[in-house]
Amino acid sequence: MAVQNASAPAGAMKPAARLLELPDATDLGETLWHCREILEDTDFPTVRKWRESGGKVLGHFQVYFPEELAHAAGMLPVKVRGAPVDRREADSKFGSYLCSILRSSLELALTGRLDLDMFVTHPICDAARNLAGIWGRNRPESAQILYLPQNPNSAFAAAYLAEEYRRVLDDIERITGRTVTEQALRHSIRVFNRNRQLLRELYAIKRDTPWLVSVDEAYVVMALGGLIPREEHNELLELVIPMFLKRDLRKQDKIRVVFEGGFCEQPPLDLLRAIAQFCYVVDDDLLIGLRWILEDVPSDGAPLEKLADAYLNRSSYSPVQHDLRKPKERMLLERIREAGAEAAIVSAAKMCEPGLDEQVAYADALDEAGIPYFITEFEEKMSSFDHLQIQLETFMENLLFV
Amino acid sequence: MSTAVIDSPIVGRGARDGGRLFRDWFSGLSELAEAGGRAAYVFVMGSMAELVQTFDMPVVFPEINSLQTAVRRVSDKYLSLAEDHGFSPDVCGYLKADYALQVLGGEHPMGRVPKPSVAILTNACNTYFKWAEIWERMYDVPTVAIDVPGSREAPNVRTPSPADLERDRRYVAHQIDELIPVLEKVSGKKFDIDRLREVLGRTNEMGRGWRRVLELNRGTPAVFDAMMEGTIFLGVANALRGTQAGADYFTELAEEMEYKREHGISPLVDQEEKHRLAFVGVPCYPIFRRFYELFSEWGGVFASSTYMWFASGGLNLDFEYDLDRPLESLAEGVLLNVTKAMDAMLFHDQALIQAIDDFNLDGVVYHPIKSCRTVSTSLADSRRVVLEQRDVLALYIESDMMDKRVVSEAQLKNRIDAFFEGLDSRKLRLERSG
Repeated sequence: MAVQNASAPAGAMKPAARLLELPDATDLGETLWHCREILEDTDFPTVRKWRESGGKVLGHFQVYFPEELAHAAGMLPVKVRGAPVDRREADSKFGSYLCSILRSSLELALTGRLDLDMFVTHPICDAARNLAGIWGRNRPESAQILYLPQNPNSAFAAAYLAEEYRRVLDDIERITGRTVTEQALRHSIRVFNRNRQLLRELYAIKRDTPWLVSVDEAYVVMALGGLIPREEHNELLELVIPMFLKRDLRKQDKIRVVFEGGFCEQPPLDLLRAIAQFCYVVDDDLLIGLRWILEDVPSDGAPLEKLADAYLNRSSYSPVQHDLRKPKERMLLERIREAGAEAAIVSAAKMCEPGLDEQVAYADALDEAGIPYFITEFEEKMSSFDHLQIQLETFMENLLFV
Repeated sequence: MSTAVIDSPIVGRGARDGGRLFRDWFSGLSELAEAGGRAAYVFVMGSMAELVQTFDMPVVFPEINSLQTAVRRVSDKYLSLAEDHGFSPDVCGYLKADYALQVLGGEHPMGRVPKPSVAILTNACNTYFKWAEIWERMYDVPTVAIDVPGSREAPNVRTPSPADLERDRRYVAHQIDELIPVLEKVSGKKFDIDRLREVLGRTNEMGRGWRRVLELNRGTPAVFDAMMEGTIFLGVANALRGTQAGADYFTELAEEMEYKREHGISPLVDQEEKHRLAFVGVPCYPIFRRFYELFSEWGGVFASSTYMWFASGGLNLDFEYDLDRPLESLAEGVLLNVTKAMDAMLFHDQALIQAIDDFNLDGVVYHPIKSCRTVSTSLADSRRVVLEQRDVLALYIESDMMDKRVVSEAQLKNRIDAFFEGLDSRKLRLERSG
């Protein structure tokens, strides 16, 4: 089945190509398998197809980018989130003591697997800030930093950010040769609002009936949004969410947990599957950038101002944003409470400084709140989970039986 | 050269006075701590020291406290305590040492560090945020971020438009406006713009001296070692920023370096300057003296250092505060100096190439460290670019600024010896080929 395009109003850019072809859209298992195949294909077939159709691609590094800007210009916004690939080209560009996602993201570009017209990174951490310079020295496409405000508590932050979005949009217009109208931006905001709504529905299933969708299944269908146009992603979600709800699966005697630590580098899917064997992950921060904005962005008024306000004031949290209104440990406790979780898996990517620093605060807060937690580290390329499985099983059994 | 020239009291005065001023400054903090007083916590890059001084608030630089534990060879005690409390061995050693210092009630090998009354941070280093969050949790004091948007792309790729710069300046200026009432509340004093004008004027004086000192190192032989003595100068530049003592110090330091230039006095004691080098990164403090000797014993002198660019609070830049409009100018200065500090860490390849030409350098020493991703992440790629564009030798050695566990003196020596053998042989070849 070809997922149908939503009709776009005047001013909206027509997608360069249809990217998602599902062999049997009536079969949930087949659909999930197909989505997983695309997601794990380190040659990025959807992005390749888009480019072959003449479309332009904006790659943005984790965690958050206002993809509406690229979408409104007819670009495909692609989430650059690394990949478990052998690093033959990129490692020589970096020092030691660095996370994997940084290296593998550049590897994808240097080896031609991920061909971009524009690359944007963010000052999320000391390593990621360096990526613009390294990328720019080694690749021909524009490589820049989007300075998302790191003082969201300033009364001027939203005005600054709206102007920073305008600056990025100017670059997008230059690269695409297209003028982006406010009407086109409003249309894109509506498309993405629908996407955020559908992702909230998906997460509501995880929270309310976690036996109907496992953490790895939900991840696959969510993450695909970073590789295909949002219109197609919306239709995929509209297809699979009712299928998840209709599943005839029984609730099992598993502990409800929150998984924390997936905001940037992504754990391998098999790690998520291993976790799903022992517990229900009822909420998480995996690819939190796709769900960063928690409510609909108003599609009236000045679009850039509305997007800036939403980033700052209607948003989630992560270890890479310092906001006095959102102490991370308090936010984690709220996430656990709102999801009705009994425990937490507090993870961090190896060498991820913000994630590792935050583990200490999380552990202290969880201790104080009397919430059991399991601390671990992961790396995107890890392939053996035996040790972790034994530890996790022991942790869960202790909770169930002790 | 006569002994009288070298033995003149002016030679070495900067190092001596710098050490004394630094110790006196720390003693003042220690007395404050013992009396139960508090201080403003600030960071080296974008310290906002001038504004804090306007309110007569003492300042603490946690990075300097941490590096002093390494120089004084006790950092392992602090790192171990922080790791016992859950911190990873892979995160910033400065942050961990300060965390442990706070747990130990401010106990420090130089005395005692007062607790914070307020913390001010910029985004020049992302770890500053994680660090300040620790104080928020420990002390519940105001922490104020001054967010400074830096270069979006390498400065040689695209120069920001005047409109871009104005937008960024306004953002910084608004944040300074928001910081002032916080400092008024914490200090109990009203903001006095004339006092700010005075303080900024003294920073201007410091900057003149600092820039002259850097400039004098372009000649041969170098008049100071940018890694060893440069670190002392940096300590004074930060701790005494905006003070009369700081202004006097750098005026006198420039005099000393003029004298050394006039008389051709090198920082090397027992030998001639053979190789002129640039140092990129942060020094190896756990074996600081020995680390320096591994280079100086071969006649290597660091004539330039990116450390003296990014850690000097912009004193290296051709910028002076406009005292007729102090607040606006402070915002311009903060924007410029933090941006350039970040450029010196993230986008430094072209600046290094310029330094190679300006300082007539033979080699570049890259010292990426486990503790600091900001300064270390792009060094390998920067080295590639520099070597493509200039005929110099480069040495790439990894260790740490705090953690002795990743400092292997024997391995460092092997690599450094091989580097100098290469430099010697290259020099010989060049001499023979005329």
